[in-house]
Amino acid sequence: MSDTAIPYMVKPNPVTGIPNGKFAIWLFLASEVMLFGALFSSYVLIRTGAPHWPPEGGLTSDLVSVPLGTLNTLVLITSSITIVLSWASCKLRNLKMFKVWMAITILLACAFLVVKYFEWMHKFELGHFPSHDNYFAIYFVLTGLHGLHIVGGIVVNLYLLTIGARMWNKDPEHFTNRVENAGLYWHFVDLVWIFLFPSLYLL
Amino acid sequence: MDQHAHASDAAHASAAHDHESPEEFKKHLRSYYVVFVALLCLTAITVGVAYLKLERPIAIALALVIASIKAGLVAAVFMHLISEKKVIFAVLGLTALFFALVLALPSLTVYEHRHLITAGG
Repeated sequence: MSDTAIPYMVKPNPVTGIPNGKFAIWLFLASEVMLFGALFSSYVLIRTGAPHWPPEGGLTSDLVSVPLGTLNTLVLITSSITIVLSWASCKLRNLKMFKVWMAITILLACAFLVVKYFEWMHKFELGHFPSHDNYFAIYFVLTGLHGLHIVGGIVVNLYLLTIGARMWNKDPEHFTNRVENAGLYWHFVDLVWIFLFPSLYLL
Repeated sequence: MDQHAHASDAAHASAAHDHESPEEFKKHLRSYYVVFVALLCLTAITVGVAYLKLERPIAIALALVIASIKAGLVAAVFMHLISEKKVIFAVLGLTALFFALVLALPSLTVYEHRHLITAGG
């Protein structure tokens, strides 16, 4: 190990009991909870202060497509198990299946963004921009930020699928830990959507 | 491997089963599929309940309960939280505390604002 290498990336750190990379990703996720928490808090504040929700009247399900929202939920849930299976393939020392599951995960993530793109375009065609009312301001901010997280996940997963996979040949355990950390992030993105879907589409 | 480990599920796969053979590890994969099916079913229930047109407070409470169960399953099994080290729970506990504060503080502000308006006549 060179002097500049981060220690305990494979073996557990004796202080925390887990590898440093895994501890770091959990700390990062904690900060992410606070980021989305602040926005959820704003949503609760605006919603409880409004005489009617959504502000224009009617139901939220009249403003957004519940079938498309449900489809995206199913897409993300499926991508959660595929990324788990990609990690499990690494644990089983099967790089080929890792690549298959990871590629499916990336495709599902892209499918999520495509569906979201059509949803947004439909809103814009109807003149529903973030400035339209508080509902759409919150809708675009929360789904937009979540979409950016999806893009981030795609970049990381794409790296692991391609040039990052070279690590497999020299240090498969370290690579497996990287896949696990990417998976933890991806599950968090799924978790956020699990709460966004009913909040913005159904209630 | 002892009997207890055999009875455990894929949630233990991350840390507790690092030294398992591939054959032993494969046994835990079944739990991932079980959770996946459970998540699909709970999503169907979430959407189905929304179409029942329940009173809004009940609908919100029900949707949040179902979402929490789904989130719990993902965190416990897919993220292996059920078998994670104490330091992770310490981080998450602190996060949960501040998350609750962030959610509660604006609501308290609204309550105080309304109280002041009422008091001011």
